Amino acid sequence: MRKWLLAIGVVLGLSALAQGGKLEIFSWWAGDEGPALEALIRLYKQKYPGVEVINGTVTGGAGVNARAVLKTRMLGGDPPDTFQVHAGMELIGTWVVANRMEDLTPLFRQEGWLQVFPKGLIDLISYKGGIWSVPVNIHRSNVMWYIPARLRAWGVTPPRTWAEFLATCEALKRKGVQAPLALGENWTQQHLWESVALATLGPDGWNNLWRGKLKFTDPKAVAVWDTFGKVLSCANPDASGLSWQQAVDRVVQGQAAFNIMGDWAAGYMATTLKLKPGTDFAWAPSPGTQGVFMMLSDSFGLPKGAKNRQNALNWLRLVGSKEGQDTFNPLKGSIAARLDSDPSKYNAYGQSAMKDWRSNRIVGSLVHGAVAPESFMSQFGTVMEIFLQTKNPQAAANAAQAIADQVGLGR
Amino acid sequence: MRDRITAFLVLLPSLLAIGIFVYGFIGQNLWVSLTDWGKDPAQALALRPELRFVGLENYRELFTGFVDVRFRQSVVNLIFFTLFFMAGSLGLGLLLALAVDRAPKGEGFFRTVFLFPMALSFVVTGTIWRWMLQPQGGVNVLPTLFGLPPLSFPWLATREQVLVFDWNHLPFYTALAVALVLLYVAHAAYREGERRRFLWALFSAGVLLLWAFTLGRGLKLLPYPETHGFSLALVGVILAAIWQMAGYTMALYLAGLRGIPVEVLEAARVDGASEWQLFRRVIFPMLAPITLSAMIVLGHIALKIFDLIFAMAGLDYAPTDVPAIYMYLLAFRGNQFAKGAAIGILLLLLVAVVVIPYLASQLRKEVRR
Repeated sequence: MRKWLLAIGVVLGLSALAQGGKLEIFSWWAGDEGPALEALIRLYKQKYPGVEVINGTVTGGAGVNARAVLKTRMLGGDPPDTFQVHAGMELIGTWVVANRMEDLTPLFRQEGWLQVFPKGLIDLISYKGGIWSVPVNIHRSNVMWYIPARLRAWGVTPPRTWAEFLATCEALKRKGVQAPLALGENWTQQHLWESVALATLGPDGWNNLWRGKLKFTDPKAVAVWDTFGKVLSCANPDASGLSWQQAVDRVVQGQAAFNIMGDWAAGYMATTLKLKPGTDFAWAPSPGTQGVFMMLSDSFGLPKGAKNRQNALNWLRLVGSKEGQDTFNPLKGSIAARLDSDPSKYNAYGQSAMKDWRSNRIVGSLVHGAVAPESFMSQFGTVMEIFLQTKNPQAAANAAQAIADQVGLGR
Repeated sequence: MRDRITAFLVLLPSLLAIGIFVYGFIGQNLWVSLTDWGKDPAQALALRPELRFVGLENYRELFTGFVDVRFRQSVVNLIFFTLFFMAGSLGLGLLLALAVDRAPKGEGFFRTVFLFPMALSFVVTGTIWRWMLQPQGGVNVLPTLFGLPPLSFPWLATREQVLVFDWNHLPFYTALAVALVLLYVAHAAYREGERRRFLWALFSAGVLLLWAFTLGRGLKLLPYPETHGFSLALVGVILAAIWQMAGYTMALYLAGLRGIPVEVLEAARVDGASEWQLFRRVIFPMLAPITLSAMIVLGHIALKIFDLIFAMAGLDYAPTDVPAIYMYLLAFRGNQFAKGAAIGILLLLLVAVVVIPYLASQLRKEVRR
């Protein structure tokens, strides 16, 4: 009995001692992305040696599992000190509207971040007069990947519009490339859709779609599905069985000519497949989106009721700092959200993306949580399935509008 | 008396635990399914969400709402999956049991071989079969080993549907199916000489058929035609599920076959029964209780299937969708908690339809003893 009491006392005492010095970071960065997070945590430990960092990673691509776990924890009243979330509506539409996040505007003022982050990005993470998360990295969604040597052999050039793309596709089919566009499972098809939509609607039309000013049933928006259907006819029929890496593999192996994928594909080809960016593989903005940077960003927020608020604030300070971003991003294969990062730390693709980040118009990605709330995003997969099943642009547009009305998109 | 009190005290903890953690939560889930939790994003994940009672609105949307077309396809998928999976597992299991039963040698070895897949988890099975069913490899290149051309069926990647019907005709088909079951009940009652039951069943079947062919055909659930059918992508999933569970039914049947007294078989043979008559009149009837138990077990596995499809085709692929997957998508990705809860209740009802008659009949048997 006495032993037990002693043991309980020791445990209680220890946890009381450690209380001031803990920080739980909730994220979905594991595997290839793990080292980048670990480097950031090492940096944090150097600055705040007394703090015990708990790395709460829940694996699963794009955070699908992590988000479900996070919801259970938040509903149960046990928020982590800070959590990773896609910057934009994925955070705002779920957590900010439910009044679960702290406004970080004072932190942004204090650190002078309003000047170092581009305005287009600040707009995407602001809602009702507050700024709600600190972006740590930037990925680009509208990128088309190809192998220059193979295009030369086929005698084609990277198309600049979707009309050109379809013509190139026909030419390639005549040369025996059965599926010139490599495509993977459901979400990569949505990813392709957002590039087509951005090109068809233009950046203003794209933004209006998410503000509720342009209806999905508008003829201009229906035309997106029309073009999308034609583009799909250039793609491989077994798409649903392939991961995005397998789709990239098809381009690398020469079974396909192009792939539209976010710029994590550069990391995959450079690091995993050991290809040289710029020579072995190359990229261009997806057709019809030159001068527009469709971004997605991982960010960290501060939930209300965080147990170690001060430690979490210090973490956010580090995440938004130049040193933090230039430590994290070269390892992650993304670029810094700040405009003043050091290009020499990044590879050829990163430098090119940085140049575009500083000069292009910035819009947010749908599939990766920037422009639409989760309630819309999760059901957009159903819209895609309706289109793939019926091949009917109007039916897909009607379904999209019905969901937009149901979740109150743009309100 | 003392014994009774002790018994009650001993049972109390588990009664409480089950009361709270099973029935309490079922009740809470039912309540949530009747609210609007998730409709208003400001309330969806608030610390103390305010829920409004909306009655059966969530259920109405699932069955007739425009956006929930995917739920309806998932129900159709589930029904076809359950039917084919049960038929396949029972059929293959019986064949294996008969073969192993008659094998002069190596029975223990083959029994283990066939039973082994059951020891795997559905996630492992799913991953293996996902590889094997890749359109350009695995099963499709198997014929080339014998010098034949490779198969070209795309398995999980196909979007083709067969047995397509209009969702608007669902009440009609349902009434037809229920009427057929009632007719069967009437037939059985007639043969057993239970006049009352016979008349009742006949009468209900007649009313249902009358309704189906008059009002039932005119009833429209949706203002437009909406087709659903058996998606062929499920064939691969069914194959994997049968591969996993056929060994289990084999084990059940094997036990059943061993339970048939040799005297009965001998007597039948002496009476001049052919091998087929032996099966038809002696062995199959004596295996009927086993078949029923196996159907219950397989049926509730099929109705709750999630992990196998998760591993084989992922969550986002509608052709292999089932309600459990759609429920997960709605609740934990789309924050539509009330609608997710409604699907949960529907799944519970479906399983109850399978399990409760079985439990009731078992209970009655025990009381009779």
